[in-house]
Amino acid sequence: MTMSSEDGFSQKFEITGRDFSNAGRISTSIKEILKEIGIDRSIVIRASIASYEAEMNVVMYADRAVLTLNITPEKLHLKLDDEGSGIENVEMAMQEGFSTATDEMREMGFGAGMGLPNIKKNADKFKISSIPGKGTSLDIIFCLNKTEKK
Amino acid sequence: MTLKEIKELLQAEVIIGEESLDDEITFAGGSDLMSDVLAFGKPGILLLTGLSNAQSVRTANIIDAKAIVYVRGKKPDEVGIQIASENGIPLLSTKFMMYTACGLLFGHGVPGVSGLEHKK
Repeated sequence: MTMSSEDGFSQKFEITGRDFSNAGRISTSIKEILKEIGIDRSIVIRASIASYEAEMNVVMYADRAVLTLNITPEKLHLKLDDEGSGIENVEMAMQEGFSTATDEMREMGFGAGMGLPNIKKNADKFKISSIPGKGTSLDIIFCLNKTEKK
Repeated sequence: MTLKEIKELLQAEVIIGEESLDDEITFAGGSDLMSDVLAFGKPGILLLTGLSNAQSVRTANIIDAKAIVYVRGKKPDEVGIQIASENGIPLLSTKFMMYTACGLLFGHGVPGVSGLEHKK
């Protein structure tokens, strides 16, 4: 679903868990959208990296997710809500190098325990909440207003 | 150094992107771990990797990499080639292993990602 108006742009994407062959497709599309809208290149790259890491996490660990891209003149908001096993210990998951990845994930070049910390590093604002057995939600925000730029 | 010079130095085969061989490469990085490429890669990087699935090309595209050189004679799958062609990312393949390919480039003046300079 796409919504476009003078004050904003919004689009929802569905990500399927364990769909390794398509992993990264949605973030590749999001990057194209951001480039077309004319967002600053450095923000396009930071947002694309965060989106890609988040998408890979869903493919690797969750059953399914909805990723919502919201853009207003002030900010770019990536909101991810997944359904799946959730994260037992968010604090540990945020540590670089901590990972519960399987060999299959590592063969894809992922699962090094860098994903969540890298999302946080690239974002201007980052929020994570998780309910074990239910799912995880991420709010990844980038300021588009130059004076608030990171 | 241009991609064409890199192709010759690494005795590489061009899988896709003949038309971009005059592009200038100013720095490079090597990793099989895409998590690391996403964390430490910079736009414009020449990525050397032994990971030949589509994820290598998707990752390179996300960070605006200039080109990919596959080491150990590897070649990407059809999906990877397709994504590279849609996004204008040249793909090369060299028979050299990672260490040798990186060493050859570094020895010929192609530096790594800036920020971690070695002391002389």
